[in-house]
Amino acid sequence: MIAISVDPPSDSENLRQSQGYTFPILSDANEEVIRRWDLVHAHGRRDGADISRPAEFLIDSSGKIRWVNLTDDFVVRARPREALAAFDAMSGSSRPGQ
Amino acid sequence: MNRSWNWAVWTGGVLVVAGILSYPLYSVRFPALRDFPWVNLPLIIFGLALLAVGLMRAFRRPELYRGKIFGSVLMVLSLALSGVFLYAIFIGARHVLPASPGAPQVGQVAPNFTLPDSRNNPVDLANVLSSPFAPNGATGSGTAAERTAGVLLIFYRGYW
Repeated sequence: MIAISVDPPSDSENLRQSQGYTFPILSDANEEVIRRWDLVHAHGRRDGADISRPAEFLIDSSGKIRWVNLTDDFVVRARPREALAAFDAMSGSSRPGQ
Repeated sequence: MNRSWNWAVWTGGVLVVAGILSYPLYSVRFPALRDFPWVNLPLIIFGLALLAVGLMRAFRRPELYRGKIFGSVLMVLSLALSGVFLYAIFIGARHVLPASPGAPQVGQVAPNFTLPDSRNNPVDLANVLSSPFAPNGATGSGTAAERTAGVLLIFYRGYW
Protein backbone atom coordinates (compact mmCIF):
# COMPACT_ATOMS: atom_id res chain seq x y z
CA MET A 1 0.00 0.00 0.00
CA ILE A 2 1.41 3.33 -1.08
CA ALA A 3 -0.15 6.75 -0.62
CA ILE A 4 0.50 9.85 -2.69
CA SER A 5 -0.35 13.46 -1.92
CA VAL A 6 0.94 16.91 -2.83
CA ASP A 7 2.20 17.46 0.71
CA PRO A 8 5.94 17.94 1.20
CA PRO A 9 7.77 14.89 2.60
CA SER A 10 8.15 16.49 6.04
CA ASP A 11 4.36 16.91 6.39
CA SER A 12 3.80 13.31 5.35
CA GLU A 13 6.48 12.13 7.80
CA ASN A 14 4.69 14.01 10.59
CA LEU A 15 1.44 12.38 9.55
CA ARG A 16 3.02 8.91 9.50
CA GLN A 17 4.52 9.41 12.94
CA SER A 18 1.42 10.93 14.53
CA GLN A 19 -0.91 8.27 13.10
CA GLY A 20 1.52 5.37 13.32
CA TYR A 21 1.19 4.61 9.61
CA THR A 22 3.71 2.09 8.36
CA PHE A 23 2.98 2.44 4.65
CA PRO A 24 5.01 4.92 2.60
CA ILE A 25 3.54 8.30 1.71
CA LEU A 26 5.02 9.74 -1.45
CA SER A 27 5.23 13.43 -2.12
CA ASP A 28 4.12 14.75 -5.51
CA ALA A 29 4.60 18.40 -4.62
CA ASN A 30 4.85 19.46 -8.27
CA GLU A 31 1.67 17.53 -9.17
CA GLU A 32 3.67 15.76 -11.84
CA VAL A 33 2.25 12.27 -11.35
CA ILE A 34 -1.15 13.51 -10.27
CA ARG A 35 -1.39 15.50 -13.52
CA ARG A 36 -0.16 12.61 -15.67
CA TRP A 37 -2.77 10.36 -14.09
CA ASP A 38 -5.45 13.07 -14.64
CA LEU A 39 -6.27 13.26 -10.95
CA VAL A 40 -5.73 16.96 -10.30
CA HIS A 41 -8.46 18.63 -8.31
CA ALA A 42 -7.78 22.23 -9.34
CA HIS A 43 -7.97 24.70 -6.45
CA GLY A 44 -9.17 21.86 -4.24
CA ARG A 45 -7.34 23.03 -1.17
CA ARG A 46 -8.80 25.70 1.05
CA ASP A 47 -6.00 28.07 0.12
CA GLY A 48 -6.73 27.57 -3.59
CA ALA A 49 -3.81 25.27 -4.35
CA ASP A 50 -4.22 22.21 -6.56
CA ILE A 51 -4.43 18.84 -4.82
CA SER A 52 -5.12 15.26 -5.77
CA ARG A 53 -8.68 14.03 -5.97
CA PRO A 54 -9.29 10.92 -3.85
CA ALA A 55 -8.49 7.87 -5.99
CA GLU A 56 -7.47 4.28 -5.38
CA PHE A 57 -5.79 1.91 -7.82
CA LEU A 58 -4.90 -1.74 -7.37
CA ILE A 59 -1.94 -2.65 -9.55
CA ASP A 60 -0.75 -6.22 -10.04
CA SER A 61 2.87 -7.28 -10.17
CA SER A 62 2.93 -6.96 -13.97
CA GLY A 63 1.97 -3.30 -13.61
CA LYS A 64 -1.55 -3.79 -14.88
CA ILE A 65 -4.39 -1.96 -13.14
CA ARG A 66 -6.88 -4.42 -11.68
CA TRP A 67 -9.24 -2.18 -9.73
CA VAL A 68 -9.98 1.55 -9.73
CA ASN A 69 -12.08 3.60 -7.37
CA LEU A 70 -12.79 7.19 -8.37
CA THR A 71 -15.39 8.57 -5.99
CA ASP A 72 -17.57 11.40 -7.25
CA ASP A 73 -18.32 12.48 -3.69
CA PHE A 74 -15.34 13.31 -1.53
CA VAL A 75 -17.24 12.39 1.60
CA VAL A 76 -17.64 8.82 0.33
CA ARG A 77 -14.39 6.87 0.04
CA ALA A 78 -13.48 3.30 -0.68
CA ARG A 79 -13.87 1.02 2.32
CA PRO A 80 -11.01 -1.28 3.27
CA ARG A 81 -13.13 -4.36 2.49
CA GLU A 82 -13.74 -3.15 -1.09
CA ALA A 83 -10.00 -2.93 -1.65
CA LEU A 84 -9.45 -6.30 0.04
CA ALA A 85 -12.14 -7.88 -2.13
CA ALA A 86 -10.41 -6.48 -5.21
CA PHE A 87 -7.13 -7.85 -3.89
CA ASP A 88 -8.66 -11.28 -3.36
CA ALA A 89 -10.12 -11.24 -6.86
CA MET A 90 -6.71 -10.33 -8.23
CA SER A 91 -4.66 -12.89 -6.34
CA GLY A 92 -7.15 -15.73 -6.58
CA SER A 93 -8.19 -15.31 -2.93
CA SER A 94 -4.72 -16.10 -1.62
CA ARG A 95 -4.24 -13.04 0.48
CA PRO A 96 -0.75 -12.45 1.84
CA GLY A 97 -0.09 -11.66 5.48
CA GLN A 98 -0.95 -8.01 5.17
CA MET B 1 -45.71 37.86 35.93
CA ASN B 2 -43.54 34.83 36.42
CA ARG B 3 -42.88 33.27 33.02
CA SER B 4 -41.20 29.93 32.84
CA TRP B 5 -37.96 29.05 31.11
CA ASN B 6 -38.59 27.91 27.56
CA TRP B 7 -36.48 24.74 27.71
CA ALA B 8 -37.60 23.52 24.28
CA VAL B 9 -35.97 26.49 22.56
CA TRP B 10 -32.67 25.99 24.37
CA THR B 11 -32.58 22.24 24.02
CA GLY B 12 -33.50 22.50 20.35
CA GLY B 13 -30.69 24.97 19.68
CA VAL B 14 -28.17 22.82 21.55
CA LEU B 15 -29.23 19.70 19.62
CA VAL B 16 -28.88 21.46 16.27
CA VAL B 17 -25.36 22.67 17.13
CA ALA B 18 -24.46 19.24 18.53
CA GLY B 19 -25.83 17.58 15.41
CA ILE B 20 -23.63 19.71 13.18
CA LEU B 21 -20.46 19.67 15.27
CA SER B 22 -20.61 15.93 15.86
CA TYR B 23 -20.09 15.34 12.13
CA PRO B 24 -16.51 16.62 11.95
CA LEU B 25 -15.74 15.61 15.53
CA TYR B 26 -17.25 12.12 15.55
CA SER B 27 -19.00 10.86 12.43
CA VAL B 28 -16.10 11.29 10.01
CA ARG B 29 -14.18 8.61 11.88
CA PHE B 30 -16.69 5.93 10.89
CA PRO B 31 -17.21 5.24 7.20
CA ALA B 32 -20.90 4.41 7.57
CA LEU B 33 -21.60 7.60 9.50
CA ARG B 34 -19.39 9.61 7.23
CA ASP B 35 -21.05 8.45 4.01
CA PHE B 36 -24.45 9.41 5.35
CA PRO B 37 -25.01 11.53 8.50
CA TRP B 38 -27.09 8.91 10.32
CA VAL B 39 -26.28 10.43 13.70
CA ASN B 40 -26.30 14.07 12.70
CA LEU B 41 -29.45 14.29 10.62
CA PRO B 42 -31.81 12.98 13.35
CA LEU B 43 -30.20 15.28 15.93
CA ILE B 44 -30.67 18.29 13.65
CA ILE B 45 -34.25 17.40 12.73
CA PHE B 46 -35.19 16.75 16.36
CA GLY B 47 -33.48 19.96 17.42
CA LEU B 48 -35.31 22.05 14.83
CA ALA B 49 -38.61 20.42 15.81
CA LEU B 50 -38.02 21.22 19.49
CA LEU B 51 -37.10 24.77 18.57
CA ALA B 52 -40.32 25.08 16.59
CA VAL B 53 -42.35 23.76 19.54
CA GLY B 54 -40.64 26.20 21.89
CA LEU B 55 -41.18 29.07 19.50
CA MET B 56 -44.87 28.26 19.10
CA ARG B 57 -45.24 28.20 22.86
CA ALA B 58 -43.51 31.55 23.16
CA PHE B 59 -45.79 33.19 20.63
CA ARG B 60 -49.06 31.48 21.61
CA ARG B 61 -48.62 31.69 25.36
CA PRO B 62 -46.30 34.66 25.88
CA GLU B 63 -47.76 35.04 29.37
CA LEU B 64 -46.37 31.63 30.27
CA TYR B 65 -43.23 31.18 28.17
CA ARG B 66 -40.27 33.35 27.46
CA GLY B 67 -38.17 33.28 24.33
CA LYS B 68 -40.06 35.14 21.60
CA ILE B 69 -37.05 37.16 20.49
CA PHE B 70 -34.31 34.79 21.61
CA GLY B 71 -36.18 31.82 20.17
CA SER B 72 -36.67 33.56 16.83
CA VAL B 73 -33.01 34.49 16.57
CA LEU B 74 -31.98 30.96 17.52
CA MET B 75 -34.41 29.48 15.00
CA VAL B 76 -33.07 31.63 12.15
CA LEU B 77 -29.47 30.81 13.13
CA SER B 78 -30.21 27.10 13.45
CA LEU B 79 -31.98 26.98 10.10
CA ALA B 80 -29.09 28.81 8.45
CA LEU B 81 -26.45 26.55 10.05
CA SER B 82 -28.41 23.41 9.21
CA GLY B 83 -28.86 24.62 5.65
CA VAL B 84 -25.15 25.23 5.21
CA PHE B 85 -24.31 21.86 6.79
CA LEU B 86 -26.79 19.88 4.70
CA TYR B 87 -25.75 21.70 1.55
CA ALA B 88 -22.09 20.93 2.25
CA ILE B 89 -22.77 17.24 2.94
CA PHE B 90 -25.31 16.43 0.24
CA ILE B 91 -24.52 18.88 -2.55
CA GLY B 92 -21.21 20.60 -1.86
CA ALA B 93 -19.28 17.34 -1.49
CA ARG B 94 -20.53 16.17 -4.88
CA HIS B 95 -19.99 17.90 -8.17
CA VAL B 96 -16.69 19.38 -7.07
CA LEU B 97 -14.36 16.55 -7.96
CA PRO B 98 -13.05 16.40 -11.54
CA ALA B 99 -14.33 13.58 -13.74
CA SER B 100 -10.73 12.47 -14.46
CA PRO B 101 -11.51 10.93 -17.87
CA GLY B 102 -7.80 10.50 -18.52
CA ALA B 103 -7.13 8.50 -15.36
CA PRO B 104 -5.66 5.03 -15.99
CA GLN B 105 -8.38 2.40 -16.28
CA VAL B 106 -8.71 -1.24 -15.37
CA GLY B 107 -6.67 -3.35 -17.78
CA GLN B 108 -4.26 -0.57 -18.64
CA VAL B 109 -0.67 -0.59 -17.51
CA ALA B 110 -0.09 1.90 -14.71
CA PRO B 111 2.16 4.74 -15.92
CA ASN B 112 5.38 4.41 -13.98
CA PHE B 113 6.68 7.13 -11.70
CA THR B 114 9.39 7.84 -9.17
CA LEU B 115 8.57 10.06 -6.21
CA PRO B 116 10.26 10.81 -2.89
CA ASP B 117 8.77 9.18 0.20
CA SER B 118 8.40 11.03 3.48
CA ARG B 119 12.12 10.54 4.20
CA ASN B 120 13.12 11.76 0.76
CA ASN B 121 14.07 8.31 -0.50
CA PRO B 122 12.99 7.87 -4.12
CA VAL B 123 10.34 5.22 -4.62
CA ASP B 124 9.82 3.80 -8.09
CA LEU B 125 6.53 2.04 -8.79
CA ALA B 126 8.03 -0.54 -11.15
CA ASN B 127 10.75 -1.31 -8.59
CA VAL B 128 8.20 -1.82 -5.84
CA LEU B 129 6.16 -4.15 -8.06
CA SER B 130 9.17 -6.29 -8.85
CA SER B 131 10.70 -6.30 -5.38
CA PRO B 132 9.93 -8.71 -2.53
CA PHE B 133 6.96 -8.05 -0.31
CA ALA B 134 7.93 -5.73 2.55
CA PRO B 135 5.19 -5.10 5.10
CA ASN B 136 6.73 -1.98 6.58
CA GLY B 137 7.83 -0.14 3.52
CA ALA B 138 7.60 0.06 -0.21
CA THR B 139 10.97 -1.54 -0.65
CA GLY B 140 13.11 -3.65 1.59
CA SER B 141 13.98 -7.17 2.37
CA GLY B 142 11.58 -10.05 2.32
CA THR B 143 11.79 -13.69 1.51
CA ALA B 144 11.39 -14.85 -2.05
CA ALA B 145 8.19 -16.61 -1.05
CA GLU B 146 6.64 -13.26 -0.27
CA ARG B 147 6.66 -11.69 -3.68
CA THR B 148 4.77 -8.47 -4.05
CA ALA B 149 1.36 -9.48 -5.34
CA GLY B 150 0.47 -5.94 -6.18
CA VAL B 151 0.29 -2.40 -4.93
CA LEU B 152 -2.71 -0.53 -3.65
CA LEU B 153 -2.01 3.03 -4.71
CA ILE B 154 -3.96 5.66 -2.82
CA PHE B 155 -4.05 9.24 -4.00
CA TYR B 156 -5.33 11.48 -1.25
CA ARG B 157 -6.01 15.12 -0.72
CA GLY B 158 -3.32 15.68 1.87
CA TYR B 159 -3.13 18.86 3.94
CA TRP B 160 -3.57 17.17 7.33
